Amino acid sequence: MKFIVATLLMMLLAFVSGLYFPWWVFAIPVLIVAALVHQKPWKAFLAGFIALALLWGGMALFIDINNNGILSTRVAGIFMEGLSPMVLTIATALIGGLIGGFAALTGSYLRKS
Amino acid sequence: MRIVPFLISGVVTAGLITALNVRWNAGGTETPRMGQFLSPQHGFWQNAESLQTDYSAELRLPGIQSGTSVYFDERMVPHIFAENEADAYFVQGFLHAKFRLWQMEFQTHAAAGRLSEVLGAGADSVYLNYDRQMRRLGMISAAETAVKEMEKDPLSKSMCDAYTAGVNAYLQQVPLSQLPLEYKLLDYQPEPWTNLKTALLIKYMSHDLTGDEHDFELTNARNVFSPEDFSKLYPTRPDSLDPIIPRGTWFGAPAVLPQAPENVDSLYLWGEGNIAVSATKPDRDNGSNNWAVAGAKTASGSPILCNDPHLSLSLPSIWFEVQLTTPTTSVYGVSLPGAPGVVIGFNENCSWGLTNAARDVKDYYEIEFRDDSRTNYLFQDQWLVADQRIEAIQVRGGSTFYDTVAYTLFGPVIYDQNFRGDKQGAAGKNYALRWTAHDPSNDLLFYYKLNRATNYEDYVDALQYCSTPGQNFAFATKTGDIAIWQQGRFPAKWKRQGDFVMKGTDSSFMWQGIIPHVENPHIHNPERGFVSSANQNPVDSTYPYYIGGLYDLYRGKLINRRLEQMQGITVEDMMNLQKENHNLFAETAMPVLLNNIADSLLDADGHRFLNKVREWNLRNDADEEGATIFDRWFAKLEYLVWNDEFKKISGVYAFPEPYTLIEALIRDTAFHFVDDISTPEVETLPEIVTRAFVAAVTECKELEAQGMLAWGKQKDSGIRHLLRIPALSRLHLNLGGGRHIINALKQYHGPSWKMVVELTAQTNAHGIFPGGQNGNPGSVYYDNFVDDWARGNYYQLWLMKKSERNDPRIRAVIQFQPQA
Repeated sequence: MKFIVATLLMMLLAFVSGLYFPWWVFAIPVLIVAALVHQKPWKAFLAGFIALALLWGGMALFIDINNNGILSTRVAGIFMEGLSPMVLTIATALIGGLIGGFAALTGSYLRKS
Repeated sequence: MRIVPFLISGVVTAGLITALNVRWNAGGTETPRMGQFLSPQHGFWQNAESLQTDYSAELRLPGIQSGTSVYFDERMVPHIFAENEADAYFVQGFLHAKFRLWQMEFQTHAAAGRLSEVLGAGADSVYLNYDRQMRRLGMISAAETAVKEMEKDPLSKSMCDAYTAGVNAYLQQVPLSQLPLEYKLLDYQPEPWTNLKTALLIKYMSHDLTGDEHDFELTNARNVFSPEDFSKLYPTRPDSLDPIIPRGTWFGAPAVLPQAPENVDSLYLWGEGNIAVSATKPDRDNGSNNWAVAGAKTASGSPILCNDPHLSLSLPSIWFEVQLTTPTTSVYGVSLPGAPGVVIGFNENCSWGLTNAARDVKDYYEIEFRDDSRTNYLFQDQWLVADQRIEAIQVRGGSTFYDTVAYTLFGPVIYDQNFRGDKQGAAGKNYALRWTAHDPSNDLLFYYKLNRATNYEDYVDALQYCSTPGQNFAFATKTGDIAIWQQGRFPAKWKRQGDFVMKGTDSSFMWQGIIPHVENPHIHNPERGFVSSANQNPVDSTYPYYIGGLYDLYRGKLINRRLEQMQGITVEDMMNLQKENHNLFAETAMPVLLNNIADSLLDADGHRFLNKVREWNLRNDADEEGATIFDRWFAKLEYLVWNDEFKKISGVYAFPEPYTLIEALIRDTAFHFVDDISTPEVETLPEIVTRAFVAAVTECKELEAQGMLAWGKQKDSGIRHLLRIPALSRLHLNLGGGRHIINALKQYHGPSWKMVVELTAQTNAHGIFPGGQNGNPGSVYYDNFVDDWARGNYYQLWLMKKSERNDPRIRAVIQFQPQA
């Protein structure tokens, strides 16, 4: 239960911070949530990772489907000829997830266990 | 709290963020900031436009005076309905920014010599050298002069101010996440728009369309060849010229009588043919076709006007379609993102189209400085002070580069001990540039008036404001007038003035006056029932002024030949003429080549290719192999004829025009340049023609092996993104056309806007450009015209009336309201 609450809270706050602040600022609310909703470090990491991978990957996927893949195909081609546009969605999810995970991990160490 | 793991994971988090928040150098190019670029709320995903995007909006903006409506049709062409002119231009600026912001800023950065600021110095300092070239051309000071002139006139000032305010209104309300993709790729941000930027865009077009000079190349040639040979290589007019103004047209006595200096011939000789300055020049074939046919020759009885400006084909496209309607005027056509008004189009009364005049309005003067400080220069036996303009070029990721440019009474010293163009290094001497684009002019006022022209007199009145680049303006009205006028600021020159570098130490070589507007070549309702131009020499030798410049020959001849024959012309006939792939140059050259080929010397492959080119239908259609064989054959012939003689020039040179060679060979098969002077034997024309063919066959066999022999395949046409990124371009289109052909499509250059306007009571207009209205690569409207353009289709152009606002073609409406 704690895990789900933490994950959802991280997703929500990361989304809101993305509306108003630079791209990396979501790490701060994620860290704070992990500190407040205390879990074991590995669980906190997982919550942060899943929250941001879902949020970033989900948003990217939603945008990509609505765009019929026009731009992701072109941008993938900028990085490498013939690169699958799916790579961009996966990379987006992975980058969000990694930063989210490590931010949460950091937050979880703020509290005594 | 567990300090050690906390610190470690904290550092990892911060490290990840930092690594993803900087640009990395990957194989010579800088990556975007990947975290920002991939963030779905900040990066490129934000540019991926939903297919269901509704552009409709209600905007309250300061700067708008009264309610203005914009109706977007199914091709995303905005039809702007404003209560006054200022609002119309404000909204045009807003929409240019909304759809083309990156492009308009990038092009003005290029004009101002500021590419290094965005792109860095580039490999071999290619961007830095480009920037230095633009600074030394005096682009910024020319634009500053233009702004002063524009702001002096209340009409052009309010036009420009409103446009600038519109662009800035967009900039003020656009969130960073919505900036165009290119800003995110290159990681920078737009700056506010200014009237200077609009002027820079106009100067950019001036630069692009006045490259028609070979002053250094001809100077070198003049120093190596005898006067007789020189005039054979570079005649001032081709034999078979069909000028814009029909032969036999009477010209009045000239108002300016330019006097050549005494002993000009000996003064013109400079040295050993070793001037090695060279800059990347605008494409030689920046030209166009336009024509207008009178009602007597059309099926409808109304005039038809056609135009297809040939420019570098780019994405985002150079053109943006727009309709501007106010209570007094309604005009439709293509505009240049970065400038207010319509450049080519039509209104409720008339239509106009333009082609490049290709006159020589750029001349170079050799300056003698007192010493290396270049602060004093000799003029009329006195030392004059040269103004020093210090150009600071910010180089991204490097230090600011300072370049001092000396300004003389001729103009800026473009080449000197510090700079000789893209060849890098120092020029041996100092050359100042005299260029009409430096003179005060108000070209915006010209477009303002032309957009509102109701009859021939209005058109002529508007033309007086057209300065640089000079153009051939075809014009037709609903009342049946047709006309063409070559208009621009053209210096009155004595014969050969400015074909070579000139002496800058006294006034004897200076321009002595500008040809008055009324004396520029023009023709109104000619007997033959049509007017046309295709960048050929405008007049025959009875015109009282010397005409320098570089011209095409064959497109114009073929257009005139066809128009002469046609009767009962329809819009479709005119579209077909724009698509014409017949190669008149080949028609002229093939008999010479075929009469001189020695078949007996050819091997089996040689015979096979000779048969192919013999059977060729003289059309440069995409699937014609003969077109490729001919192209290679003639190129080899040019090389074999000219190269042995031109090797004597150690500096820059330009081979004579293809038509010069072919006309010389038609006149005289013993043309002495045919001989290869590096061998003791005397080669004859058949020997050289055959040698050229054998060399061409070698190349053609390779092409054939790769399946690339068909003309369209080997030409490999495409439309490149301005940053030359293949993934944002449309390449490998397999299309016909080419140089000297009415359908002038080369690899990356050609008909950038094709328009056919029939001036019936209800205007019947058609047009298309190879791109789309939206500059965003994440939009379906980025390149949605390209396939139709490639197929040769046109769209109906709709000069909408306000009463048609419920038409099913309307897809979105933006209402602009003044801020309460």
